[in-house]
This record gives sequence, C-alpha cells and structure tokens, in this order.
Amino acid sequence: MKFPYSETVLEHFRHPRNVGKIENPDGKAMEGSPACGDMVSVQIKVDPAANTISDIKFESYGCASNIATGSIITELAKGKTLDEARKITWKDASEALGGLPKIKAHCSVLAIEGLRSAIRNYEERHGLVKEKVPTTKEVVQKRLKKVMNPLTGLDLVRTNLVKEIEMKDGDVRVVIDLPADHQFASALKEEILEKVEPLWDVKKAVVEFTE
Amino acid sequence: MQDRPVYLDNAAATRMDERVLDAMRPYFLDTYAVATSEFGYSQGIEARESLDDARESIAVSLGAGPEEFIFTSGSTESSNIALKGVAQALGKKKGKHIIVSKIEDFPVLNSAKALEKQGFRVTYLSVDGDGFIDLQELSDSISDKTILVSIQHANQEIGTIQDIDSIGRVCKEKGALFHSDTTHTFTRVPLDVRKTHADLVTVSAHTIHGPKGVGGLYIRSGTQIGKWIDGGFQEFNLRAGLENIPGAVGFAKAVELVTPEETLHLQAMRDHIIDRILDEIPDTTLNGHRWKRLPQNANITFHFIEGESITLHLDMRGFAVSTGSACFSRSLEGSHVIFGIGGDHERAHGSIRFTFGRYNTMKDVDTVVVAAAEIANELRSISPLSEK
Repeated sequence: MKFPYSETVLEHFRHPRNVGKIENPDGKAMEGSPACGDMVSVQIKVDPAANTISDIKFESYGCASNIATGSIITELAKGKTLDEARKITWKDASEALGGLPKIKAHCSVLAIEGLRSAIRNYEERHGLVKEKVPTTKEVVQKRLKKVMNPLTGLDLVRTNLVKEIEMKDGDVRVVIDLPADHQFASALKEEILEKVEPLWDVKKAVVEFTE
Repeated sequence: MQDRPVYLDNAAATRMDERVLDAMRPYFLDTYAVATSEFGYSQGIEARESLDDARESIAVSLGAGPEEFIFTSGSTESSNIALKGVAQALGKKKGKHIIVSKIEDFPVLNSAKALEKQGFRVTYLSVDGDGFIDLQELSDSISDKTILVSIQHANQEIGTIQDIDSIGRVCKEKGALFHSDTTHTFTRVPLDVRKTHADLVTVSAHTIHGPKGVGGLYIRSGTQIGKWIDGGFQEFNLRAGLENIPGAVGFAKAVELVTPEETLHLQAMRDHIIDRILDEIPDTTLNGHRWKRLPQNANITFHFIEGESITLHLDMRGFAVSTGSACFSRSLEGSHVIFGIGGDHERAHGSIRFTFGRYNTMKDVDTVVVAAAEIANELRSISPLSEK
C-alpha cells in the first residue's frame, strides 16, 4: 500500500496525542484557514512559577497533516517554557513528523499558530502584553510571513511572492507576484485577507496579482 | 482491512473489463497497421474496417450516424474541441457569447475561461440547491450572439441529472448550438441525440470499464466547427493523427457490454448506501438530487469532519473514495460544485463521493458503511466542532 504521508504522520493521525479540552485553561486559541477550511483548537495550562506549559490539549477539524501536526506540537510544547514553545516552528514539527508534504504546509501551520495564539492569549489575560502598535508595512509583512506558499512550503515573504505592500489611511494593498489565474491564487488571496483584515486599525484590505 | 481492496471511485476511472482487453489485443499484435484508404494493403483495410465498425456501433448507441462521431483522446479533449472548435468557426461569423453552467467539469469550465481570455463573453448559469439550472434563466441568457450552450448531462460530483431534453429544446428554439458533456451518463442514462436536440456530445471510455485515453465527440451533421489538430485527414479532417484503433475497438466493446440490468444493480447499491448512511450516521447530508441522479453516484457530507481525513482512514481500511475537500484538491480549493449548489466550506470540507462500477457488490456497500460510521465517530471525537 502506498500512502501520501510518512509513517510518523500516519501514526499520529491514527492515534493523536493529547486530544481534547482542558478544564479552566490558562490560555486558549482557535485557528482556522478560510482557504482550506481546516480548524485547530489549542488549550494550555501554565505553571506560573516556572513559566512553563504544564498541560496542553488540541482538537482538529482538519486533514491528516493538520491532525498530525496538532498532535506533535502538543508533545513538543509540553514542559517547555513559554518562550521556548513560542519558538517552535513548522519546520520543527515537520522534522519531528518525518517530513510533511509542502503543499500541506498551510493546513499544518495552523497548529503552530494555535500554540502561539494560546500563549498570547495567556499573556493577554494576565496583563503581560504591551500596547497596541499601529499597522505599518512591516506589521503587514510580518503577518504575511505566516501565509505559506503551497509551491514550496515556505512563507510568501521568504519566497519573494510579495511584490508590494501599500498602507494608506487604513487601506492595505498587497500585490502578489503570481498570475491571477494561478492554481493557488484564490486560496492565497483568502489566506492573506484572513491575516491582514483583523488588524485593529485596518479598514480595508485588497489582494492583487501581477498578471 | 478488507480481504480485497474495495474501489468506489468509478467516476474517476474504472477497472477495464477483460473482454475489452481481449477485443483490443489483436489490434496491438496482429492488425497493427495504419487504417489505410480502401485502396491500401489488406492489413490496413482490415484496420480501417475495424475502426469504421467501432465508430458505427458507438454512433448508433447515441442515435447518430457514423459520419457524426469522431474519436478523441478522452472527454477532456472532446469538450475542448466542442467549445473551442465552435468558437473558432462561429466567433467571427455569429458572435462571441457562450453559456455554461457553474458546476460543469473542468474541461468545459476551463475551456470557457480560456475563451474568455480571447475576448469571448461567457455566462456562467447558477444552479439551485440540487444542482439544476433554471430553464427560464437559460432562455433569457441566449441572444443572437450566443453561439454555444454547454450543459452537462449529469454532474461529476453530486450526480444530479439535468433535463437536457428541455435544454436542447430551448437552444434549438433560440438558435444556439447545444453541447453536453455526458462522460458520466453515457450508456447508463439513455440519450438519443435526435430526440434531445444535442448538437455536440462528449463521451468517454474510461467511465464504462473501457480503456483510458479514448473518448469521442458526436458532432451533428452540418455543425460548423474548426479543425482541432492539423496534420493528415483523419477523423473527417477534424482531428489529425494516427488513429488509436485498439482504443476505438475497446471503447466499442465497452459500450456493448453495458446492460440495463447492470445499471439497475448500480442504482440499487446507490440507494442502499444513501439510505443506510443517512439513517445510521448522524449529521450527514446528501448532496445532489435524491432521485434525479446518476445511478452509480452517492455524495454525502459528514458534518464536523474533514474529507481528506475520512478518505485516508478509509484507504487504510482498503476503500478508495474521493472528496470535495480543499485539502484533497490540487488547487487547495473546495469543490466548485458544492459551492455552486449553495454549500459552504463546511459542506465541501466533509463531502465524500462514492461511485459504483461493475465489480462492486452489495457487500462492499455494507462494509464501507460500517467503516464510515466508525471513522466518523473517531474523527468527531477529536473535532472542536462536534458536541460530544
């Protein structure tokens, strides 16, 4: 039999670890990809003295790579300090899983985002976050680093697909260096809008393509 | 795991029937000559006659004459010829307007999009919750500039069968050519091109246990259509290239082997799986019309869970099915058909298509239902959306 995933991915897919919800979690997040529809929920319990993740659980409404990544990050993050856990990357998860298909990066990155958001949620709820920063080109660019280029499994910024970012009176315009009828154009557009639109001072966001 | 793999993706490709293979074999090993003219050498004349016989028997099954049927490399090519060939022949003469439905399969949809880039105007007809187009909307959309209407006979994903008799009538009254992609209905749902007023009809061998890489296009006599492939004068000077005689012979054999009894058996499996899943597995929805649907197709959304996960679990237990989930598609987009019938991402996300063929049994249906029920439970137990 020939399956599209590594043995480790299949093992986590079949028997996901740390599934469920935590009673009275210290931090929680639900991340979703509007383009593919996958969702993942991450909940954490924090040991405030050691500043470590004492317990973590996840749930997935997603494909095999989404489920497997959710499972592996709970194993990677458990017992780590918040700073260590925040630094877990998609690449770390992918390596721990024996490799993920690049095209699946955008569904599997959700679990990483979920973990980071859950930590942020904990910090926000405990007054550990700084003031709101105004959205600049750099802020938008940072957000776009979370959107995966399905062709390579690396983010849009790193793969030079972001040709232009314009920010004017709350209107954001992002130009992507791909033809508008590209295979992934509409999936990418949705993902980008999902990342940029929620920024607190953004009124309107548009995504354009170069051809 | 099953004792044998259970293949339930017969809309995508089918196992070839041994009898088809037997019919084709001599045209690889014995009568392998090019189909010559009637003044050629004997092996070439034999090849020619076999090709003519194959053409005639397929044409007859559509209610057409042999001079109205050309062989192609499959339904993708056939639909490309229909849309682009008519556009080439009539675009300058008559007009640059084409009408298709939103839920057509990609050969028609993307041919229409390619023509849009060349300056044609395309109307994409919307469909209702079951997948039917609106005849009045169709009629209102046809103008004197409309050269072609392309509406599938049945949908590749949700199985809904359009009323192509009425569509053909509207097109004829309004003076537009009518093309229908019948890849999934051919031989299973009766079609007579004289009664239906279809001017162009796409068919394929790969969905009826015939060989891959062979299809055909019915072109009503007198229909203006541009030459598709330049070269020799094969296929009535429309599509040049050495004829695929083993393929044509295999296609004709495959058509001959389909029986009404077999189609009834497919329909019985379809009804059984729909009834059992909707009855026994909670939070499931049928996609497409309950009765006016392909005899071999069931398409069901399992809510709160994702289709690629379901197909992978089924695959690990030996069942092959397909899904409209974005995670499964090459473009990372959810099924345009499910969106077309008004479904949202969630509906596409958990949609599973079961399509039956000659080698499936009722036992296959029963075992896949049991497996699907277990898998749905398992995946729902880890889903943040379902209530546990």
